[in-house]
Amino acid sequence: MKKEWPLWEVFVRSKNGLEHRHFGSLHAADAEMALENARDVYTRRNEGVSIWVVESKNITASNPEHNAELFEPAQDKVYRHPTFYDLPDEIKHM
Amino acid sequence: MNTNLYNYLLGIADNSLILGQRLGELCGHGPSLETDIALTNISLDLFGQVRSYYQYAAKVAGDNRDEDTIAMMRPEREYVSVLLVEQPNTDFGYVIARQFLFDVYHYMFLTELQNSKDETLAAIAKKSIKEVSYHVRFSSDWIKRLGDGTEESHARIQNAINDLWTYTDELFHQTEADKEMINEGVGVDTSKLKEQYYKHISEVLNEATLEVPDLKYFQKGGKQGVHTEHMGYILTELQYMQRAYPNMSW
Repeated sequence: MKKEWPLWEVFVRSKNGLEHRHFGSLHAADAEMALENARDVYTRRNEGVSIWVVESKNITASNPEHNAELFEPAQDKVYRHPTFYDLPDEIKHM
Repeated sequence: MNTNLYNYLLGIADNSLILGQRLGELCGHGPSLETDIALTNISLDLFGQVRSYYQYAAKVAGDNRDEDTIAMMRPEREYVSVLLVEQPNTDFGYVIARQFLFDVYHYMFLTELQNSKDETLAAIAKKSIKEVSYHVRFSSDWIKRLGDGTEESHARIQNAINDLWTYTDELFHQTEADKEMINEGVGVDTSKLKEQYYKHISEVLNEATLEVPDLKYFQKGGKQGVHTEHMGYILTELQYMQRAYPNMSW
């Protein structure tokens, strides 16, 4: 194709109760086609119960150059993690 | 063996087998990754359905035939698929037009087949119709997109519809086996679907800003095993492995 269709990001909910997760991206002329393409490309092996698509240009992403100021300050703040409690043995799945 | 039921099953299954094979040719050659996967998905849906029919046919035959020999080892004249499904993948317009003209029929047919007195057939129909509902949606959407798209896409899809229109009437022809099965309440009386078929097709074509061809002469023969020149090539590819290595399995 000489003229490429716009890019869309695909989010699939694998099971009821779980959140939609990013599965990948694909090309489509509009939202309706993006949904159908997503169904064919990402859910043909029974992977999902719900699909969201959003045109990639509508996603605002953080700039990797700003990673230092955005994320690194969190690394030395261990007290923000709840690791200083003794959990009773009876409590599982924590 | 119940020859009428056996032939009736082949009449249904052969259409999907040959169309599935045609779509399979597009694997890796679709116009885009997304449509390539969509079309081969449809192919796999059809092959899945076909297996149920041929397994049942093998049971009806009750001899040493199995689903593979029925599907793969018959000579051309014994395939009773309609001429429409063997038409080539000339361009994406032809692929979509062929699919659309078949899907609408297929959906109407399976809707009725769910009421068959034959429980196995009714069950296959019930299982298949979900897949076929999606096929109709896919091909109808593309008819509208191409028809109402660019000048080029409009011209191509109109051309394909005009060319393939001559094969639509055969979908409603009834063989002796068809008539017997209809009388027994097993088969679908396709003559009752014809008006609704052309009405629905015309509505979609109108919405797609396409013209409904006005044709008086229609092609036929597939249901009697008399095929177009394309069929031999399809079968050569389809049957190659079984003929080169008889009884092979994966």
